[in-house]
Amino acid sequence: MARMEDVEFKERLFLKGYPFSHYSPHPGDPVANAVTPLQKPLSACVVALVTTAGLSLPDQPPFDLTIRNGDSSFREISSDISPQVLEMHQRSWSFDQTGILRDRNLTFPLDRLREMQQRGEIAALAPRCYSFMGSIVGPSKLMKVSAPEVARRLTADHVDVALLTPV
Amino acid sequence: MCNQSVGLIQRQVEYAGITTVSISLLREITEKTRPPRALFVPFPLGYPLGEPNNAELQTRIIQAAFALLSRNDCPVLETFAQ
Repeated sequence: MARMEDVEFKERLFLKGYPFSHYSPHPGDPVANAVTPLQKPLSACVVALVTTAGLSLPDQPPFDLTIRNGDSSFREISSDISPQVLEMHQRSWSFDQTGILRDRNLTFPLDRLREMQQRGEIAALAPRCYSFMGSIVGPSKLMKVSAPEVARRLTADHVDVALLTPV
Repeated sequence: MCNQSVGLIQRQVEYAGITTVSISLLREITEKTRPPRALFVPFPLGYPLGEPNNAELQTRIIQAAFALLSRNDCPVLETFAQ
C-alpha cells in the first residue's frame, strides 16, 4: 500500500503547500460538483483511458520536465497501438517506474480494455486516449485549458465512460 | 505527483457529460481532491493496476472500478478488495 511516507520528501513538501482547498469542490462550482449518471449498461458504452503517467508515442514531443510549474500539456494516443511502444517521461521519481516499463498496461490498460470489448463487457474502446504528465504544481492551465480540451475531444468521440489512472 | 492531477482532470471530464472513475494510490490525496468516483488500490506508487503482466489482476481492478460507475452518491471512494 502506498502511504504518504513513500512520497519523496521534496514532493511531500509540495503536497503540504498544495492549495487543495483552493481546488477542492466549493458549493456552487458546477465543474467540481458535476455528476454524470451512467446512461446505459456498461456493455453498451464507449470507454476511454486518461492517464497521468507521462506516456507519449515515439514520434510525439516528450513532456517538458523543465517547466517550473509542470507541463500541463497532453498527448493524444490512438488506441489501436500496442501500449508497449509508449515512452514515459516523468518528473516524479518518487515512484518505482520498473513495473510500467515492463508492462504499460499497469497504468494504460489498452490490452485489458480490448479484451473486455472482445468479451462484450464494454461496447468499444474509444478511438483516442490521452496522457498527461502529472507533477503539475500550478494546475490552473490544466484546469482551464488542457483538461477541458481533452473533455471536448472525448465528447466528440462519443465517449460514455472514462477511466483515469495515476502512477 | 499524479493523484491530484487525476482528480482535477476527472472533474472536467465528468462535467463534460462523461461518466468517470479513477484509480487512487494515495487515499489522503483523493479524499482532498474529491473526484466523483474513485477506487483506492493498496499497491505501491507506480503500480495502479497491481502487477505488470498480471492480466487477471489488472482486469479485476478495472472491473471493480467500473462497478462504481453506477454510483451517483458522489464523491464515491471505495477500497479494492483483493
